[in-house]
Amino acid sequence: MNRFDYARADSIGAAIAAAGTPGGSFLAGGTNLLDLMKIGAATPERLIDISRLPLDRIEDTDGGLRIGAMVRNADIARHPEVLARYPALAEALLSGASAQLRNAATTGGNVMQATRCSYFQDPLSPCNRREPGSGCGALGGRTRNHAVLGWDEGCIAVHPSDMCVALAAYDAVVEITGPEGSRDVPMATFHPLPDAAGAGTPALAEGEIVTHIRLPDPGGMARNARYLKLRERTSFAFALVSAAAALEIRDGVIVSARLALGGVAARPWRCHEAEAMLVGMVPTRGSFTVAAAEALTGATPSGDNAHKIELARRIAVRALDLAAAGTPDRLPALPASAFAGEDNG
Amino acid sequence: MTSTLNITINGAPHEIALDDPRATLLDVLRERLGLTGTKKGCDRGQCGACTVLIDGRRMNACLALALSHDWAEVTTIEGLAEGDTLHPVQQAFIAHDGFQCGYCTPGQIMSAVGLIAEGEAGLDPERVREGMSGNICRCAAYAGITDAVLEATRASGTRTEDERTDA
Repeated sequence: MNRFDYARADSIGAAIAAAGTPGGSFLAGGTNLLDLMKIGAATPERLIDISRLPLDRIEDTDGGLRIGAMVRNADIARHPEVLARYPALAEALLSGASAQLRNAATTGGNVMQATRCSYFQDPLSPCNRREPGSGCGALGGRTRNHAVLGWDEGCIAVHPSDMCVALAAYDAVVEITGPEGSRDVPMATFHPLPDAAGAGTPALAEGEIVTHIRLPDPGGMARNARYLKLRERTSFAFALVSAAAALEIRDGVIVSARLALGGVAARPWRCHEAEAMLVGMVPTRGSFTVAAAEALTGATPSGDNAHKIELARRIAVRALDLAAAGTPDRLPALPASAFAGEDNG
Repeated sequence: MTSTLNITINGAPHEIALDDPRATLLDVLRERLGLTGTKKGCDRGQCGACTVLIDGRRMNACLALALSHDWAEVTTIEGLAEGDTLHPVQQAFIAHDGFQCGYCTPGQIMSAVGLIAEGEAGLDPERVREGMSGNICRCAAYAGITDAVLEATRASGTRTEDERTDA
């Protein structure tokens, strides 16, 4: 790990001021940043510790919730209002990482964690995301975990967050504050898509900080929402593919639908066209199959990963099926697992 | 520049001069305080051998920057027993053969203490296994570990989720 200077920020203003000069990096839970620093994939000259900023509360807002950027992942997943109104968010969070990491990792850190692949994490491999202009080591390499949507030759890595996929489905908004004032960006478009040269324009300008995530009222979708995740082992693994689905069903007809895919792109992949198709349909396997096919229309393998397109299609159908069946009162023992048995109805 | 870390470990306050901000809580425990019960396995948050309680919550000490935890209260494996009386989780690990080589054991036990305090797994073996998935055991003593955690949960007298549902 390179040497760095450490300073704790006592206010949001102080954090923004400290981050306004090059070489600085915010430290919150540290679960991603310290890991990247240990392997030499991140080399900040200064760490600005924001873990004690007063952003550690979950507030009620007009039927929605506003989650501070320093709330720990485990505390979101346990929050009674999250479990009651946004169960797919709790399920997504609980399917990510381990209990120890969820106790440390923050909301803001989860959003800002690096879009990364094994080539990014190997400082000996070229990587446009780590070293702009150096090329992409993953192209033509081992790509079973790489993107099938929204990728370009500059980068084919995926954003690994489960939380962000559920947030995107729930129409969450990222609140950002910086030297130029405050702005809101939808979760679904917050993370940049790559271009031919590399990772694309960073989500945050220099000095900007994520302060909150705002969740709108889920309305009639509160109890018909699920998150489902396929991975190479049942726990403590990134998604091969995942899906967050939420439905509002009235008189046997879908009146509102949400679908977002994870593990497929450099951002959570919101499927607006598929959602629009579902409105007016009856919630059957047939309807969901048609919508899932639409969701993956533009998908192309970025290497030896064509299987992910079919996996994503099937996980989308399954997540919609489970959402239609209704959220169970208690989340399954294996959160978001496709192998959770009777728990998943 | 030297910084001062104020931290309470197993009930005892410490004031530690750190001349390198790179020190993790794991480094401080092992190298500065001689508390080598907390193990360095992967050093990347993947194996759980370094699990400790920070302000009552289980976390990976290898990914906790020490200075970021100024004024924290930390419990390590050395802080569980009361004199010669082992903590119920320690006793349960012995009773159920929850280890072989023992290297992951301190982390397993601290994680189990955290899991039981969280109170969400109850007596469901599947929930216990899921809740303990951040701790790897290379000897694969998982069956014994699960039994030990279940027995310690029973012994702790915490009402389980199932009992709450029935009530």
